[in-house]
This record gives sequence, structure tokens and C-alpha cells, in this order.
Amino acid sequence: MVVNVISKIGKGLNVTALTSQSFIERLIQEDYKFFTGVPCSLLSGLIYELEDQKGEARYVPSVREDAAVGLCVGAYLAGSMPVLLMQNSGLGYCLNAFTSLNLIYKIPALVIMSWRGKAGKDAPEHIIMGDIDQALLKTAGMEYSILSEENCDEVLKKAKQKICDEKLPYTLIIEKGLFDERH
Amino acid sequence: MKGTEAFQELIPLINDEPVVHANGFICRESFALKDREANFYMIGSMGLASSIGLGVALCKPDKKVIIIDGDGNVLMAMGTLAMIAAEAPKNLIHVVIDNEVYESTGSQRSISSKVRLDEVAKSTGYKNILRVEKKEKIKAAFLKLKDSEGPNFLLIKVEPGFDPATGRVTHTPEEITDRFMRSIG
Ligand SMILES: Cc1ncc(C[n+]2csc(CCOP(=O)(O)OP(=O)(O)O)c2C)c(N)n1
Ligand SMILES: [Mg+2]
Repeated sequence: MVVNVISKIGKGLNVTALTSQSFIERLIQEDYKFFTGVPCSLLSGLIYELEDQKGEARYVPSVREDAAVGLCVGAYLAGSMPVLLMQNSGLGYCLNAFTSLNLIYKIPALVIMSWRGKAGKDAPEHIIMGDIDQALLKTAGMEYSILSEENCDEVLKKAKQKICDEKLPYTLIIEKGLFDERH
Repeated sequence: MKGTEAFQELIPLINDEPVVHANGFICRESFALKDREANFYMIGSMGLASSIGLGVALCKPDKKVIIIDGDGNVLMAMGTLAMIAAEAPKNLIHVVIDNEVYESTGSQRSISSKVRLDEVAKSTGYKNILRVEKKEKIKAAFLKLKDSEGPNFLLIKVEPGFDPATGRVTHTPEEITDRFMRSIG
């Protein structure tokens, strides 16, 4: 984890290093205030940061990803901009919620989805979803970007635009190593 | 009592509270009886009325929030009962119209005849739980739960008997969102 952070600082001359802490602070600054989800090790740094929040932002642990979608919908209807954190294995649970709730009611959310099973290199249970998750999003008409330190500004701007103007969920795909993992 | 009678007792007790409805006949009964801007008619996403209601309640702590759920919906998302109990919003009332069937799809039996949903709510940690079987009892039970700190659970045991002539929700999903958000402010 320490190695990871240092290597990123080394790379970025004109960008602030992308860390779990800086990313969560950034989201809160951008007025995302309601966070929920089901953990993934690739998102563990982010979720620990959220659990430590003392201000208005809060993290509500969900028991399933589709329940987290419901929670996000309720938060949005009540005026808070929601963020859903999940492993891509949760996407299957969410598809009915996205297609029969968010997409037809025009209710957005920022979805932060880890990418297990990338390039077929992972535990067996992740291989198929790691291969098809982006196709599933596309088929459902849901836009996404693979987040990196370099494209972070641009991607968050695009997400904001989709969310605020088109009222659609927008997904940020998180690869292993982008954020620190904590145990 | 028939489900319809339960709605006839319950709906007049609701003032300006936001109400999130489970899908199927529950939306239609409420819509036909009294359409309101503060009604969120969830026409798809079976099981999620409870999590939507929880989200609203957490983000609007000063408003009483009502969920009108069905037994099939609750059984599909039983983990959400645990989330409601864990987050413990004081302003949430979860009403379940329990006809022991999936009436909207042809009255196939559900398992709520064997599993007591009020006991489930109780063991997860809801604050006040009431179960009513007679329509004369609905008013007192609901008002009592509305006046006590939640999360509260009202189980209304009913017989199936939906009138298929009852209208469908005529608002588009987008209109439902806009109206609800406007009403909640
Ligand atoms: C995921 C999903 N599965 C199945 C259905 C079909 N369906 C629509 S309403 C309903 C029954 C809901 O049962 P309950 O909550 O008990 O309400 P009731 O119809 O008895 O009023 C079902 C199974 C659906 N809409 N979505
Ligand atoms: Mg039923």
C-alpha cells in the first residue's frame, strides 16, 4: 500500500496523487454526500475513508447491491447525490434495479465498481463477470469509464454531466492497484 | 378483511407524509383511492420499496416516511429489514399488506403463511411492531406507530380480493420522480 502511494506521487508532477483519501475528499467536495455499497478488497481503502468521515457525508453499509441501489434512489429523491460502491459481481444483482428503476424514472447515481477478473487473471468466480461486465453496462445503455490517475478530472466531469444533465447512473470502473487495499 | 378494505382504512390516515409503494396491486390500490404527489409508485424493481423508503428517511430525518409494502416484496428483500433496524431511522413506518400470496401475478401462495413477518421485524430490531387482522384496528395501530419513535412495523393481515377493474398508475415513471421530489422539497 505504501509502495503504491509513493509510486503514484513519483509519477504525478502536475496532478495531485490519486489516493483513497484524496478521491473521497474530492467526491465530497463535488457534493456527493450519500455513500452506500457492499465491500470489495479493491475498494477497501475507499470504504475505510468513508467510514472515518465526520462531516455531512455518510456511508451506510448495504447487505446486497440491489438494496444499495434502492437506498441510493431514496437518497436522491430526498435531495442527496448518491454513490454506490460495489464489486462487479454485484452488477448482476443490480441489473433489474437499474433497468426497471433508475433508467426509467431518470434517477442517477455515481457507481464505483471494482473490476475483478480482468483479462481472465483472477479467481474462477470472477472470470466470466470480469469479461462481460462492460458489455452488460453497454447493453443496458449505461455509460462508464475506467478510472485512472491521469483521467480522473475529465472522468469526474463527464460523470457529473451525465448525472446532473441526463439523470443517468454513471459507472467508474476501478482496476486493482488504483486505490490502496487495507485489511 | 380484504386488501382493498385495509387501504380504505389506511390511506385517509396519511397527511403530507412521503409514501413509497411496493410494486403490483399495492401501487394501484393506493393510486385509485387517492393519488398524491408525495406518493412514489414503484412499478418495477420488486423488493426495493423498503430500501428506497430507508434512503428517503435517512436523508429527510424531519419527515415521517411511510413504506407500503407487500409480503412477497418483503420476503424478496428480507435483508433490508435488517438494514432498517441497523440504521434505525426514528421517522420510518413500514406497513406491510400481507395477503399471504403474490396477488398481482395470480395469487400464487407466498411463504408468509408460515413465516411471521412481524416476528422477523421484531428480531431484527424494529422499535415498535403491531399486527392487525381486523380493519377496525388499523386506525389506532397506525396512529400509535406514527406517534412513536421508529423504525416501526405494521403488519396488516388481509385476504386477497383485488378488484381487477382498479385503474393502473397513469403517470410516467419520470413524472412520478418529479412530483415526488417537488413534494418532498
Ligand atoms: C424481480 C421480479 N420478480 C417477479 C415479478 C412479478 N411480480 C410483480 S408483482 C409480484 C407480486 C408481489 O407480491 P406482494 O408483494 O405480496 O404483493 P401483492 O401482489 O400480493 O399485492 C410479482 C411476483 C417482478 N415484477 N419482479
Ligand atoms: Mg402479497
